Amino acid sequence: MNAIILSAIWGIVMMFSAVFIKSKSAPKYLALVGIALIFVANAMELNSGFILFNIDFHDMLRTGSFNLTFIAVALGCTAMYFLLSGSDIEKTGPHVAEYFALIFFILCGVALCATFNTLLILFIGIEIMSIPLYILTGSDKRNLKSNEAALKYFLMGSFSTGIMLMGIAFIYGGTPNASFYIDNIQLGVGKMPVMIAVGLVMLVVSMSFKVSAAPFHFWTPDVYDGAPTVFTSFMSTIVKVAGFFAFVRLFENSFGAIHDQWQNLIVFITIATLLIGNITAVFQQSVKRMLAYSSIAQAGFMLLALFALNTRAKEGLVLYSAAYSLATIGIFSVLAKMNDYTIDGFNGLGKQQPIGALSITVFLLSLTGIPLTAGFQSKFYMLMAAVENGHRFWIVIVAVLFAAVSAYYYFRIIQAMYFKEAAEDAGQSLEMKPAFKYLLVITAVMIIILGIYPELILGWLYH
Amino acid sequence: MGSYITFPELLIWLPLLAGILCFFTKREQTAKAMALLFSLIILFVSAASLFYTAPKFNTWNGVNYFYPNNIGNTFFVALDGTGRLLTFLTALAFPIIFIAGYKTSYKNASSFFGLMLLTQSGLMGVFCAMDALLFYFFWELALIPVYFLCSKWGGEKRIQATFKFFVYTFVGSLLMLTGIIYVYLHTTGRVFEDGSQVAHSFSLNSFYNASLSASDQNWLFWLFFVAFAVKMPVFPFHTWQPDAYDQSPTSVTMVLSGIMVKMGLFAVIRWLIPIFPLATVKFSHIVMILSIIGIIYASCIAIVQDNLKKLVAYSSIAHIGLMCAAIFAMNQVSVQGVMLQMFNHGINIIGLWIVLDLLEKQTGVKQISKLAGVANKAPFLTIMLVIIALANIALPLTNAFTGEFLMFSGLYKFNVWYAAVAGIGIILAAVYTLNMIQKVFYGNTNSVTEAVKEISLNEKFILALIVCMIFIIGIYPQPVIELTKDAVTTLVSKIK
Repeated sequence: MNAIILSAIWGIVMMFSAVFIKSKSAPKYLALVGIALIFVANAMELNSGFILFNIDFHDMLRTGSFNLTFIAVALGCTAMYFLLSGSDIEKTGPHVAEYFALIFFILCGVALCATFNTLLILFIGIEIMSIPLYILTGSDKRNLKSNEAALKYFLMGSFSTGIMLMGIAFIYGGTPNASFYIDNIQLGVGKMPVMIAVGLVMLVVSMSFKVSAAPFHFWTPDVYDGAPTVFTSFMSTIVKVAGFFAFVRLFENSFGAIHDQWQNLIVFITIATLLIGNITAVFQQSVKRMLAYSSIAQAGFMLLALFALNTRAKEGLVLYSAAYSLATIGIFSVLAKMNDYTIDGFNGLGKQQPIGALSITVFLLSLTGIPLTAGFQSKFYMLMAAVENGHRFWIVIVAVLFAAVSAYYYFRIIQAMYFKEAAEDAGQSLEMKPAFKYLLVITAVMIIILGIYPELILGWLYH
Repeated sequence: MGSYITFPELLIWLPLLAGILCFFTKREQTAKAMALLFSLIILFVSAASLFYTAPKFNTWNGVNYFYPNNIGNTFFVALDGTGRLLTFLTALAFPIIFIAGYKTSYKNASSFFGLMLLTQSGLMGVFCAMDALLFYFFWELALIPVYFLCSKWGGEKRIQATFKFFVYTFVGSLLMLTGIIYVYLHTTGRVFEDGSQVAHSFSLNSFYNASLSASDQNWLFWLFFVAFAVKMPVFPFHTWQPDAYDQSPTSVTMVLSGIMVKMGLFAVIRWLIPIFPLATVKFSHIVMILSIIGIIYASCIAIVQDNLKKLVAYSSIAHIGLMCAAIFAMNQVSVQGVMLQMFNHGINIIGLWIVLDLLEKQTGVKQISKLAGVANKAPFLTIMLVIIALANIALPLTNAFTGEFLMFSGLYKFNVWYAAVAGIGIILAAVYTLNMIQKVFYGNTNSVTEAVKEISLNEKFILALIVCMIFIIGIYPQPVIELTKDAVTTLVSKIK
């Protein structure tokens, strides 16, 4: 609860700071202070149940160690995001404080998505997450692609929200007790009624939209490509994993009892997502677009949590959130500083920026799922959850084969950095400040520590 | 005695530490010297471990660190007979490789030697790991530095060749990982010292005792086998190998062919057969037929091969094929032969690569057709090569003879026809090896080989050392057999 209220308050603080503070770099520090505060408040709630504002939510929000740990992961990743990409946010446009304010509002939505206990709060959370993102996507006002992306995202997003509302209405109307509480939806035994089935499919469709699972992923590449790179970084990581957390939470609590009736639907979506994400990523020339498709591919892996829907899967999802977000934020933070977004733009980086290149290598290895990195542990947990599920073992084989495909496009960047020479006329393509290098190394070290000792996060889940 | 650091830990941490230190050296000479020094220390440690095999030294030979987690994996490393043999081979190979390449100059030498030592650490880990997840960790970690070594310092087509190698092994490993997870979920749990409990365990013993039905074993066997078959490589998973050997820098090729292929054989012995005994019996014929096809096929290609490096690569496929077939013959004699031959093959092939590398550096070509009459210019090199090559085709008195003799007699016991067809491989080996020696080393010199000089002292020393080992093991293989006898007996009894 602390995180929800504090991030909303801090969003307003950031908004008004623009009136009083004219310095361009001040908002970044103010935002860092804010995120640190929220993180601490959330950690205190996780650790000792300390609540700043005692408000009766009528059980519409429910906090537990799982949700709070997830929020902590999201906040931690956002803090790393501010540290790594803060200076690039400043360069996006004149309204620096507002960008940060919007991000804080998104965090409020993330926290709502992690703790919702009724369908209405879920809807509100998703909307609070989405609307600021529409603005951030279009924040590069004079760039036509950014405008196009924002419009596309807005239209698609509204459409999927509409479907979600419709689904909620069906479910509300379809259950005998007419309740919005997700753990109170009475499904009865045997085959589910038609109204519920329709509502459930609509929820799957709309949530798949939000987490860019195939075949509802069409907006993703264009939006991720068109949005300013710093904001692509944020929306492809923290927002996305929050969507997943909500997705899994909703389906576990509401429809967990009839898992076998909708599991096939998830199998189809998982396979389609893995297939489309991985295969299309192979053919990309632009790293930014490649990362967009790779985020679809990673979503395919995260969908395994929904396929398995057991404790291991939820552990895996929290771990996956941290591993995937940290690595992707790291790569995007470097990408945002580059002029050339093609893979050739990375040529010779290993020589020019040995430390930066080494960190990127760790990020890429983590995304591929090589042992000793957090990415391996998260993939491992996901696979274990899927095997533990007991049936349809073949989906695990499909998933690992696609993980091998992903090695192809991630390693292309490694090959470019280390084994290819920069073009002669390219010159110094990338400037890195020492502080930025340290931060990259810290992120890489965090990934490796999580890879060796994932209990650092998992230990909190049962606190 | 529990507080002492154990042998397997030393063997894993020392190269890791040395590798990391190497990255921070500035000058090429420092990096080289440091790598050599550390590899010698590791060799010393490994040699010492050979003398502490008695049960009373158990606390020196294994350790099982527990750290709290909810899936039940531990840092469990230990040395048994097989592990001892292969860690010793690894420890022996690296100083040889470093001395043989001491005159070679590398761009970014500190990274090169750093990565080499990291590879050594990963390999040691593979041979010592007694926990399935830890084994998988090291299995992959040995691959990553090799990937960088080959792609950075290799030949012209290095990027494609290495990536092919990487993808092959990565697919195999991931399939194995899913297999590991499945077996893990069928193991019984354990209680840790602090009272915490896990439902399943990754330790080797619980894998051996996992309750797997025959039908489960049937498909799990293949998930594991593909990973190991790619590494060995067994036909038809071998296509990455000739390119990778050809394009890698020679030092790395030595690691690949001398030690990394043993990972596959070793894994079959420790992680495949004892876990899936039913499936092993069921599929042994299929695997043996594949291996034997590989022997004949690779030997035939080697005969028509003009590229020296690829010739050795194909000959290696043939030899490994024989070892794989012998493992699946599953009797005391054949498996004992495999143990011996794993060690011998490691030494012999590294010796061959050293000679070929010297030749390539001096002449700049690796085509057999362009070379002739090297013996006139470099008699010492030629003598050494002939001995190593004869060992490679298993002439009596050389080390490989004992190993191949044991393997063939084991194969013969299992199935006469398999032994007969695999035996053709030996004849073919003689054809391509002697043909190569004749063309490259004898006859008159030509314009390419005119400038060849006799090799320098460090190279002479290392080749002489290898030749000595070839003869010593050829005449008196008993120590190696003693070392692995128990391991072989246990393995064979698992199948019975």
